[in-house]
Amino acid sequence: MFTGPGRAMSVDTLDLLAGMPFWVAVLRIATPLILGTLGVLLCERAGVLNLGIEGIMVAGAFAGWLTVYQGGGLWTGVLVAALTGAAFGLLHGWLTVSLALSQHVSGLGITLLASSLASYAYRVSFPKVESPPTIRPFADMSAWLPLPILNQQTALTLLALLLVPALGWLLYRTPLGLALRMVGENPDAVEGQGLSVAGLRIGAVVAGSALMGVAGAFLTLAAFDAFYFNMVNGRGWVCVALVVFASWRPGKALLGALLFAFFDALQLRLQQAGAGLVGIDVPYQVYLMLPYAMAIVALVVVARRAAYPQGLMKPWRKGER
Amino acid sequence: MRLEARAQTPAWMWLAAPALALAFTLALSALLVAWAGAPVGRAYALLLEGGFGSRFAWAETLTRATPLILTGLAVAVAFRARLFNIGGEGQLYAGALAAVAVGGLHGGSAFAVPTGVLFVAMMLAACAAGALLLLVPALLKSHLGVDEVVTTLLLNFIVLLLVSAMLDGPMKDPAAMGWPQSVAIADALQLDKLLPKSRVHTGLVIALVMAALLSVLLRQTTFGLEIRAVGANARAAAFAGLPVRAVIWKVALLSGALAGLAGAVEVAGRAGYVTLDMSPGYGYSGIVIAMLAALNPLGVVVAAVFVAGMLVGADSMSRAVTVPTYIADVIVAVSLIAMLVATMLAQYRVRWR
Amino acid sequence: MIPAPRLKLAGITKRFGDLVANDDITLELRAGEVLALLGENGAGKSTLVSILFGHYVADGGTVEVDGRVLPPGQPKSALAAGIGMVHQHFTLADNLSVLDNVMLGTEPLWRPSSRRRAARAALLATAARFGLGVDPDARVGDLSVGERQRVEILKALTRGARILILDEPTAVLTPQESLSLFATLKQLVAQGMAIVFISHKLDEVMAVSDRIVVLRAGKLVATQATEQADKDQLAEAMVGRAVPPVARERGLDVDLAAPAARIVCALHRAGVRGAGRNPALVDVSLQLRAGEVLAIAGVAGNGQRALADLLCGLLALDSGTLEVLGRSLPARPRSWIDAGVARIPEDRQAVGSIGELTLWENAVLERYHSRRFSRWGLLRSARARDHARRLVEQYDVRGAGRDGLDAPARTLSGGNLQKLILGRALSGVRYRDQGPQLIIAHQPTWGLDVGAVADLQRRLLDACARGAGVLLISEDLDEILTLADRIAVMSRGRLSAARPREAWRLADLGAAMAGLPGAAASAAAPVDTHHAA
Repeated sequence: MFTGPGRAMSVDTLDLLAGMPFWVAVLRIATPLILGTLGVLLCERAGVLNLGIEGIMVAGAFAGWLTVYQGGGLWTGVLVAALTGAAFGLLHGWLTVSLALSQHVSGLGITLLASSLASYAYRVSFPKVESPPTIRPFADMSAWLPLPILNQQTALTLLALLLVPALGWLLYRTPLGLALRMVGENPDAVEGQGLSVAGLRIGAVVAGSALMGVAGAFLTLAAFDAFYFNMVNGRGWVCVALVVFASWRPGKALLGALLFAFFDALQLRLQQAGAGLVGIDVPYQVYLMLPYAMAIVALVVVARRAAYPQGLMKPWRKGER
Repeated sequence: MRLEARAQTPAWMWLAAPALALAFTLALSALLVAWAGAPVGRAYALLLEGGFGSRFAWAETLTRATPLILTGLAVAVAFRARLFNIGGEGQLYAGALAAVAVGGLHGGSAFAVPTGVLFVAMMLAACAAGALLLLVPALLKSHLGVDEVVTTLLLNFIVLLLVSAMLDGPMKDPAAMGWPQSVAIADALQLDKLLPKSRVHTGLVIALVMAALLSVLLRQTTFGLEIRAVGANARAAAFAGLPVRAVIWKVALLSGALAGLAGAVEVAGRAGYVTLDMSPGYGYSGIVIAMLAALNPLGVVVAAVFVAGMLVGADSMSRAVTVPTYIADVIVAVSLIAMLVATMLAQYRVRWR
Repeated sequence: MIPAPRLKLAGITKRFGDLVANDDITLELRAGEVLALLGENGAGKSTLVSILFGHYVADGGTVEVDGRVLPPGQPKSALAAGIGMVHQHFTLADNLSVLDNVMLGTEPLWRPSSRRRAARAALLATAARFGLGVDPDARVGDLSVGERQRVEILKALTRGARILILDEPTAVLTPQESLSLFATLKQLVAQGMAIVFISHKLDEVMAVSDRIVVLRAGKLVATQATEQADKDQLAEAMVGRAVPPVARERGLDVDLAAPAARIVCALHRAGVRGAGRNPALVDVSLQLRAGEVLAIAGVAGNGQRALADLLCGLLALDSGTLEVLGRSLPARPRSWIDAGVARIPEDRQAVGSIGELTLWENAVLERYHSRRFSRWGLLRSARARDHARRLVEQYDVRGAGRDGLDAPARTLSGGNLQKLILGRALSGVRYRDQGPQLIIAHQPTWGLDVGAVADLQRRLLDACARGAGVLLISEDLDEILTLADRIAVMSRGRLSAARPREAWRLADLGAAMAGLPGAAASAAAPVDTHHAA
C-alpha cells in the first residue's frame, strides 16, 4: 500500500493542485497560448497556414517592450505589438495569397525574418548589457476585480478570455465570419458571390497575426519584464498544434491552451518542489519535455477525426478555373 | 492584382531573378546597417572580406558550410517528396549523441575493432539515430495523416532536452569543469584537417560527396524518380503503382540520416564532443538553404557556402564595426523571401486590372 | 414594339496566350427567352459566360445589361445587375449547411449579427415558388448531385437574378432529372427570367430553347430560332466538317466465339462500403469476355468511381469476389499492372499523369521498375526515351514543343495527354505485339473535341478487335451506344443486368439510370446471355 515517501509525494501533489497559486500560474501560462492559437485559428479558417507565428511572437514581444521602454504606456505597447504582427501578417498574406507561394515556405521565411529582425534591433538598441533592461509590466487586476484566481491576472489575460466568445460570435453569427469560413472551404464560392477572396484571406491573416503579436507582447509586458533571446521557445509551434486539437473552434482552443498550460505549470512546480513523481528521481528535463510530448500526442489523437477547412493550404489563383 | 502564367520564361529571366533578389537584399540590409550607425560601404566590404576575402576566411566559411550542406541536403530530399522535415536540428543532435556514444564512451576502446571500422560504425550510428527520429513523424503522417511540420518541430525541443539530460548525467565528461559537455570521442576517430592550421576538415569532403550522390540519386535512379513523382502528385503516383508509403519512409530515413550525419561530422571535425550549443541552428538554416537552392542538391552546396560566408563575414564584421551579428540572419531571411518572389515573377506575369 | 434586349454582348474577345478562346462574339438575349449556347468541348462557351459573370476580363468588347455597360471582371457588378450563374462545377462548401451557402454574400459584411431566421424563411419561400425542395440545415457534402444543383440554382434565385446562366447543367443529371430541370426553367421563363443555357447536347438544346447560337473554335458561326433549326445543319456548324462516324464493326461475333472467349474479368456480388452513409457498391455482378465491350452507363455519383477504383486496383472488396484474368489480385495497383491490366483513369491530370514529370517519365511511370527500364536501381533512360518516342509516334501525341520528350507533361493539351495515357496503358512491356487482354476505361473521352474522341474510340475498338475485353464506364450515352456490345446500368451502387445493346431502348436506359422500378433491376445471379457451353 502507499506508505513512505511515495505517499507523501502524492499528497504533496494533491496539495499542489488544490492551491490557488498553481491555478493562477496555469492561467498566466495559458494566456499567450490562447492569443496565439486564436490567431492561427483565424488564419487557418480562412485557408492560410501561418507558420510565421514563432517569429511574429518574438517580434511582438520586442516591439511592445521597446515601446514601453522608450516611455510609452503599456497599452500603447500592446498596440504596437499588434501592429508589428499585422505588418508581418500582411507580408505573409501578400506572399501566399497574391503571389500564391507555398504557405509552408513563406511562413518559415517570415519566422526567420521576424525573429532575426527583432534580435538585430534589440542588439542595435542595447549593444552591451550585462542583464537585460527591465520595464514595469502590467499590474494584476486585484485592485478592481473581485473574482479569485482571475484577479491575480493582468488585464491582458482578461482580454484573451473575452476574445474567445467574441471570435466565436464573429465566426458563427456574423456575415463576415461566414465569409471567412467559406473562403477557407471553397474560395470559388466566395468569388461567385461577388466577394473578394484575396481581401478576406489577407484580412484574416493580418488580424490573426496581430493577435500573435499581442501574444508575444504578453511575455514581455506581463509575464516577464524584459526581452530575452529564446523567450518564445516553441510556444508558437505549440499553438499550431493546438489549433488542430481544437478542431478550429475557439471554445476548444481555450480548452487546449488550458490543458497545455496545466501540464506546463505542473512540471514547473514539480521541478521547484524538487520531488520526483512517485518517488523516482527524474531529471528535470523530462518534466520540460512533457508539454511538448503532450502536444504531439494530442495531434495524433485528433488527427483521424480532423475536419480540415477544405481550402486550407491550397493556393487559389484568380481566373484559373 | 492577378497572376497569369507566362507561356515560356525567357532564359535571361532565369539569371535576372536571383540577381535582382540579391540586389534587393543588399539594399534592404544596407538600411539596417545604416541604422546601426555603421558606414554601409565599409560594413559590406568587411562582410565580404570576412567571408570570402582571404584563405583564412574561406577556410572558416567552408568549415561552417560543412554541416550546412548536410542539413540542407537532408531538407532538400525530404521536401522533394513533400515531407516537410523541420526537425533537422533535433536529428543533428541525435546523430551527435550517437556518434559520441559509439566513439567516445568507455574511452572508445570498449569495442575491440580497428579504428577504421569504428569510425564507420560511429558514422552509421549517427545516421541511424537521425533516421529513426524522422521515421516516427513520417509514419504518423503516412498512416494517420498527422501534419509532420508540427511533430518534427516539437521533437526538436524534446531532443534538445534529452541532450541536456544526457550531458548532465550518463554522458557527462567528468574532467570538464563548468559547462556541461559530453565525453569526447577517441582522438583517432577525429577527422583530419584538410588545410593545415585551419579548421577545415575532411567532413567537407564527406558533405560534397553526399551532395554529388544525392544529385545522381534524384536524376538517374528509380528511387529518385519515385521521390519526385510522389512529391509532385502522390495520388497519380499511387495510381501508377508506385509504393507511396514505402517511398515516404525511405525518404524519411535518408533525410534523417543526412541530418544525423551532420551532427557526427561536426563532432568528429570540430571539438570532438557534444555541447548544448554546438549547433547555432544548423537544422533550421538547412531549411533556408534547401529553399534557396530550389531543392537541387548541387544548388545546396552553393547556397550553403553563401549562407556560411554571410555568417562568418558577419562575425568578422561585427568585431570591427558596431553591427550586430544578427545581420547575417536578416540577410539570409530577406534573400530567401526575395528569391521566392523573384522566381515566382519569372514564371508568372503580374496583371493589374 | 420589340423590347430592348435585357443582355447584350458586343465584340467580346478573349485570348489565353496564343489561344483565342472568344473571337469577336456579339449576341443578344431578351426577357422571357431561353438562349442556347451550343458548341463542342473547347469551343469557348464557358469562357464567354465566365466573362459575362466577371470571372474573367475580356480583352475586347462590352457587356450591357438593360442598356448599361457592366464594369468588367467583377462578379459583384454582375450580381448587382441581376446575373446569376449555375456553374458546371458547383461552387459550394461541403462542410457548411445549405442555408450558409445560400446566405453568403447576401448581407453587408459589417453587420454585427446575421439575420438567419429571415434568410431561412426567404429561402424556403423561393424554393416552394419554383418547386426546388431543400432542407436548409442539411450539410451540403451529404446531398446528392441533383440536390446540390438545386442549391446552386437557389443561390442565384435568392439574389434576385433576372438573367440566369446554366453551364452544362444536365451533365450530372438523369434523363428524368433533366426533364424536371427543364420544367423549372419553363416556370422561370414564364415569370420573365432570361436564360442562357450552355450545352453540347443537340437534343436537349432543341427541346428547351427558343433560340440557338453555335460557337466553334471561339467564333460565333450560326444563330437560329429553334423552331426553324435543322439538327443536321446545327451538328455540322458545331463540328465544321464531316466526321466519319465511328462504326462498331462486329468483327468478333461474340455468340459464336462464346465457348472460346475467355472471361477476363468477373465480379460476383461485390460490395464496397465507401466513405459516406450509403455503401458505394452493393451486390454488383458482371462478366466481361475477351473481345467484347461492356459499357457501364449511369449518371455520376452512383458508384462508378468505386467500381473504377476497384477495377484499377485502388480499392479492396468488402464482400463478394473479383477475378481478373483467371485469378484474384490484391488491391495494389502494381499487381494489376504486372498482371497486364490496362487502366485509363477518369482524371487525366490529377490521377493519370504527373504534370511536373517529363513526357518520357510519364510514359514509363507504370513500368520503370521492370528490367527493361532499370538495372540495379538505375534508370535506363535511353531505353525509356526510346519507348516513349515510339509511343508518341504511334499514338500521335502532339504539342510537346521544343523540349520534345523532356517537356513537362502539363504542357500537353487534354487530348494529347489522353493519347499519351492511352498509349502507356495499351503498350505495356508485357504485351509485346499482343496487346492487353483487359482494358478498364473510365470516361476516356471526357472533355475532348470530336476529332480526338473519334480517334480514341477507334483505338479502343482496335484493341478490342485484337482480343481485349474492354470495360467502359461512361456518363456519355452517345459514346456508350456507339461502342458497346452489352450495356449495364449503375444506379445507387447497384448494377443492372447486362443486356446486349440492341435490347435497350433509350427510355429503359433512362429509367434504369434513375433507379426506377420496371427497368431491369440488379439480379441475384448474373444474367448473362452468353453462357459457356
